Formats: sequence, structure tokens, C-alpha cells
Amino acid sequence: MHATNTLAEADRQMTICNSCRYCEGLCAVFPAMEMRREFLDGDLNYLANLCHSCGACYHDCQFSPPHEFSVNVPKVLAQVRTDSYAAYAWPAGLAPMFEKNGLKISLVAALSVAIFIAGFVGAHDPAALFGQHAGNFYALMPHNTMAAIFGAAFLFAIVAMIMGIRNFWKDIGEPAETLTQGGSLWQAMKDASTLRYLDGGGVGCMNDSERPTDNRRRYHHFTFYGFMLCFASTSIATLYHYVLGRHAPYPWYDLPVVLGTIGGLGLVIGPIGLLMAKKDRDPALVDESRKGMDVAFLVMLLATGVTGLALLVLRDTSAMGLLLSLHLGVVFALFVTMPYGKFVHGIYRFLALVRYAKEKRMLEMGEA
Amino acid sequence: MVDFSKRYDVLVIGGGNAALCAAISAAREGASVLVLEAAPKFYRGGNTRHTRNMRCAHDAATDTLSGPYSEEEFFDDLMRVTGGNTNEDLSRMMIHESKDMLDWIAQQGVRFQPSLGGTLSLGRTNSFFLGGGRAMLNALYLTAEDLGVAIAYEAEVTSMDVENGMFLGATVKRPDGETYVRAGSLVAASGGFEANKEWLEESWGPAAKNFLIRGTRFNRGTVLKMLGAAGVDQIGDPTQCHAVAIDARAPEFDGGIITRLDCVVFGVVVNKHCERFYDEGEDVWPKRYAIWGRLVAGQPDQIAYIIFDASSLELFMPSCFPPIKAESIRELAGKLELDADALDKTITDFNAAVKPGTFDHMQLDDCRTQGLAIEKTHWARKIEKAPFYAYPVRPGITFTYLGVRVNKQSRMMMADGKPSANMFAAGEIMAGNVLGKGYAAGIGMTIGSVFGRIAGREAASNARNQHTG
Repeated sequence: MHATNTLAEADRQMTICNSCRYCEGLCAVFPAMEMRREFLDGDLNYLANLCHSCGACYHDCQFSPPHEFSVNVPKVLAQVRTDSYAAYAWPAGLAPMFEKNGLKISLVAALSVAIFIAGFVGAHDPAALFGQHAGNFYALMPHNTMAAIFGAAFLFAIVAMIMGIRNFWKDIGEPAETLTQGGSLWQAMKDASTLRYLDGGGVGCMNDSERPTDNRRRYHHFTFYGFMLCFASTSIATLYHYVLGRHAPYPWYDLPVVLGTIGGLGLVIGPIGLLMAKKDRDPALVDESRKGMDVAFLVMLLATGVTGLALLVLRDTSAMGLLLSLHLGVVFALFVTMPYGKFVHGIYRFLALVRYAKEKRMLEMGEA
Repeated sequence: MVDFSKRYDVLVIGGGNAALCAAISAAREGASVLVLEAAPKFYRGGNTRHTRNMRCAHDAATDTLSGPYSEEEFFDDLMRVTGGNTNEDLSRMMIHESKDMLDWIAQQGVRFQPSLGGTLSLGRTNSFFLGGGRAMLNALYLTAEDLGVAIAYEAEVTSMDVENGMFLGATVKRPDGETYVRAGSLVAASGGFEANKEWLEESWGPAAKNFLIRGTRFNRGTVLKMLGAAGVDQIGDPTQCHAVAIDARAPEFDGGIITRLDCVVFGVVVNKHCERFYDEGEDVWPKRYAIWGRLVAGQPDQIAYIIFDASSLELFMPSCFPPIKAESIRELAGKLELDADALDKTITDFNAAVKPGTFDHMQLDDCRTQGLAIEKTHWARKIEKAPFYAYPVRPGITFTYLGVRVNKQSRMMMADGKPSANMFAAGEIMAGNVLGKGYAAGIGMTIGSVFGRIAGREAASNARNQHTG
């Protein structure tokens, strides 16, 4: 009846929850569950991606282990969620990337860095790599080459993720029109950008114990907005280059540098905070077999932030060549592994929130 | 680590809502407090684990309550459900104090939400805990810890020294051995004896063996028994308990809310001989659910079966155990290990007696039977549309009524009519003062919170006077 044992277990637990409903005020998962009497695989994948893993329902549940009903919703939905990432992956042949993802990402990253270093050395000579270029990155790699390589990596990631979105949407059985509803999209944007459902129903997330804290939301904000600022910095720099003809290096007060610096700080503070929260997380909630994927993604973001900031500070020194190859290698690895790692959680969760916004509005209209 | 060698101002026995309200209120009065919870941490809180709301009077609608609920209306409801079997002074005081309770309990970290799905009828009168009873407990425990209350789990009181109505100390059994605790005053908030099957058998006979207990196995009434032996006046009918019909597949203990079934009114209920034994459609379910535990307890082997058909399947809350399903009544009888001829005859006779009417499950409709020994007076529809379904049910015991008598200070009264020097009680252990019989949703929590808060305050002041006196 279910594709996997994990989905069957999620069905068992959701059936128990649906006959209790004490948690319905905590987040979006339980109201969405109440709209159903049966849980097909697509329903469970939808609920799993709606779950923000705040842990409140585990600590509030009178039936969590050691109770014989053994209800642990954050854990089982985390397992279903990770399985769903692999199931939606495109091309399907790359789905095994999600297995032992931490190790594979490290390998891809190491390889990327090595290729960039070797490339620079090969294209010039060791003197170019270790020389001083007064902050001129293009002394090592012409701008067009850099743009082409990263444009291709980025494009590949976008295409792969769009195909994943299609697979997800089809699996949960939601019509394409929902994605054109402004109201639902806007509501989901608000819910996602504020991490509305990572707050245990108002007090904060219950990460290491039943004593709530808002740390994970805070550090996720650092990470997410840090990432967006870095993205904005790169985009603006690209526009400067091609539209305005203004070439790097830019002075410290110019937009790409300011945004990149603030964003880079976010990408250092945020992932460190999240890694620490992960270390303190109640083991009962953790899906040990998939922990590597979360850690790998956080480490990659942290590496992006650290190498980026280091490059900014040391761009006028002879360390620039090595730092640039390191930074470009890390960013390249981040891009190409994006569709096969933790990055996709944001996409599927946002989409689940879009569907939830629609369902909730329809329910309210029906009751009115 | 809890320091057992210290003499505490206030000793609280129990770990549910009443116990924690008492501990918090005593600690806020400046008392040193020790809480002894017999259960391990996960099972802490007794029946509070399974609650979800409390009934408090309020003058106006709030964010989470849909309208006002006056003290007078609350009192009328209490008189109605108890048939006047209540201590009017105490219950009027409790209802008055309940008004302040919504704010006080929120100040202790407990959060409320609008009434849960499927409980619309309580949206005006009852305040629902966000996350349910265990979330409420977690909030109270965190507050108590922050106030410096010492809390010991797996700490069961096995004997108690009481002299002329004065508590001196108690022996406590813990995983690492026995210890003796002294305290200035005592708050007993350790619940009833519903998990003590031997005690239930004293009133119910061997039938009690087939009862399921909706709360934890730790509600054994040991403290209640000790207090009786120490000369505290008892109140409430020792033979009575609150019993509902729950899914027979539920575990023996701690199945909680999810084992309830709301579908009696939609079908017929038969015993193991396939005979109906009560009017399933006597009144709306919220007014009748609490009689079915007793009804099933009176049937052979304390088991019964709710039988209904496909037309009713989605009219009630989904159940945690799926209904037993079959394509015919005879096949259903086989799956239930009942006599197929007998069940077939009962259903056929029932169907033949159903009179035409307009079905409306939201109110008392005109669908009834005519000509049966036991009529079904509302919502009677033919059971004819396959597939057919059944839920086996057994009596599920929620709480017991026997308790200790208290006065307005929550102070225990001795059998000789004198107030105890330093013993107080709160919650289910003294609920019989307010609730002689019957029940209305959320009143147990009101009793626990109101009398817990008073008991803690009075126990603290009692201990303080001992210091100065």
C-alpha cells in the first residue's frame, strides 16, 4: 500500500495524531492533516515537507516514546522528507547522491577546488597563482570564462531543481494552477521568510529539550539572508560588468562589496549557530542516517562565507590566487550539488506552504 | 540532585496540574518546596497528561473564547451535572476564583488556543491548552524549576506519619533506595485510585479485571488510602468512577483521548450475545458518552460492539484503530467471533423497526424505531449499506470519586470535624467536594488549578507561621 516502510510508519503515526489533534495549534502540519482521513504517499510527502522540525509536538505528545504508541512526528517526517528529496531528484540517476551525501559533497568540493587550482596553474604558471594582482581576480581567470563556467553550473542546478519541483507537485497531486495564485504565493512567501512555523506555536523551537529557544530560527535567518545578500552582491557585480562596464575590483564602500561582506558574515555566523544547535539537538528527534546531508550543506555554506571574506581581506596580497581558487572551487561545488542536497529543503517547504495556504483559504471559505 | 535531607516548608505529593499549581503558588510565597512524583519523568502528571482544556468563568469573549460564561451559568451547569450533589460554598468559591485562573495560569507559561476541531460546543466555556495537557505540564514544570522547586521523579510515598491531624514526614521509595522526608506542611495532590485494579474490584468485583484505564498506571491511590487511615474525613462515593466506552483494542493503561469513539449514536450497540441493551440515540453524544462505560461494564465479559454501515463512516472523528470491516453482517459477525445468525437477526429486526424520518446528526432528529423491546429514539437508520463496520468497546475508567474532605482553604478536614493542622489537598483527590457525581468537560482541571493554587498559598503560610511561632 505504501512505497516504503517509512511511509507506512508515517501513516500509522498520522492516523494516531488525527484521532487526537491536541497539536493542531502548533504549526501547519496538523491542520493540513485534519483535512484528510486517509494518508496516501503523496499526502505524507506533502506533510513531511510542511514540517519545519521544531520538535514541539514531540515534547507535547502524551504518546511519544517510551509510550507504546511511540509517536515521534518530527523524526518520522524527517525520514520521509529526506526520502522524498531523492525520489524527486532529476536526473533520477543522480538520486543516489542523497545517500551518504556528506561524503560525496566533500569529494565534489575537493575535486572542484583542485581543478580550479590546477587550471590556474596550468593556464598561467605558478608565479601567476602566487603573485600579487592588486585585487584583480581576472588576472587569474578572464571574467568571461568565469561567467561561463558558473553560468553553466548555475543553469544546470536551476534546470535540475525545476524538474524536481515538477515531480513533487505531481506526487502530492496538486494542480499546476495553484502556482499561479498570487494570494497563496504571497502567503507562503511571508510564512517562509519569517519561518513562521519554526516557533513551536509561539514560544520557540524545542531543540535540545522541552525548554524552548528561538536560536534555530535566528541562525537560519542569518544563513538565509546572508546567502541572499551574497547572491545579490554577485548579481549586481555581474550587472556592473556587462551593463555599466564597471570592472572589479570595487572599492569597499561599493554595493557588491558591502552586500557581500554583510552576507558573508551572515554565512559565517548562521551556519556556525545551526551546527551548534544540531550538536545539541535531542537525539530522539534526529534521523542519524541522514545527518551527514545537513552537516555537509552547512559546512559548504560556512566555507563559502569564510573563503569569501578571507578573499576580501587578503585580495591585495600574494594569498589572493590560492584563496580565489579555493573560493571559486567551493562555490562551484555548492552550485552543482545544490539539487542533490539539503538546499532543496527550502524549495519543497516553500511549495508545501503554497499548497497549505490554498487549502487553508478553501477551508475557511467553505466554513464561512 | 534533590536534597532529601533538608526539611522543606512544603511537601507536594503528586505531579499533575494541581500539584504543580500548589508548588508554584507556595514557591511564589517564598516557601521551599519539594514535589514527589511517583512516575518517571515521561509519565509525570497523572491524568493531566491526557487533558486538553479547563472550564473557567469569564465576563467577555477573548482571543480564544467565543463568548462570556458567567459565574451563575457555570454554577447552573455544575448543579445540573451533579444533580445538586456538591458543596455549594466550595463550588461557588471555586467558580469565582476560576475567573482569575485564566490569567494566573497563563502567567505560569501555559498557552491557550481556540477550541480544537470537533469540540465546537465547548468553544465558549472551555479554554484549550495549546499543544494539549502535556504541553501545559511542561510549561508548569519549567516555571516550577525556575522558581527553585525541587522535583523528584520515581519517588513514591510508601508510608506517612500523621499525628492528631498533623503531618510529620513520609517514607519515599526511590530507584536507589528509601528515604525519609520531613516538611512543615503537606499538599496531597496525588489523584485517585483508577489504576488500582484490586481497589476497583472491591466495588466492581471481577468485572474490574476487564476495565481499561485511560490514564497512567501510577494513579494507585496509595496516598488517599493513607490519609483515610490517618483519620482524614472521606468524601465521595467509593464505588463510583467516571467510565466511558473506549476501543477494546486500547492498551490496558494510558490510551488517553485517542481510544474514544464517537459513533454510538450512528449505529447499534450489541453485547457478546448480539443483543442490544440500551437506547443508542437517547440524547446528543456529549450528554451521553459518560454513561456507556457503566453500561458496557454491566454486560457479560464487559465487552460490546458498535455496529454501523458505510453511510455513517465519515460522520465522526477518525479513530486511532481502524474499524473492523466486512461486506456482510454475517461476515462481520465472523470477524468479531460472534454468532452470525444472532447478529443477523438483531440487525434485521432493527432494520424492520426503523421508521421513516429526516436524518440530521447535528440535532435530535425524528429518525426512530418502533416495536423493539429497546427502541432507538433518534438517528435510527437502517444498517444496510455495505461495507459494514464494527468497533469492539470496553469500559475505560477516567477517574474515581472517592476523596478527602477540605474547607475553603483547601485544608483537609479530619473525621472528628476538626481542620488538619498542616495538611492540604488539591485536584482529583478532593474533587468529590465539588463533584459528588457526574462530570462536565474541563471541570477537573478547574478544581486542580484553583484548589492547587489555594493549597500552595495556605501551605506556605502555614509553614511560615510554624517558623515564627
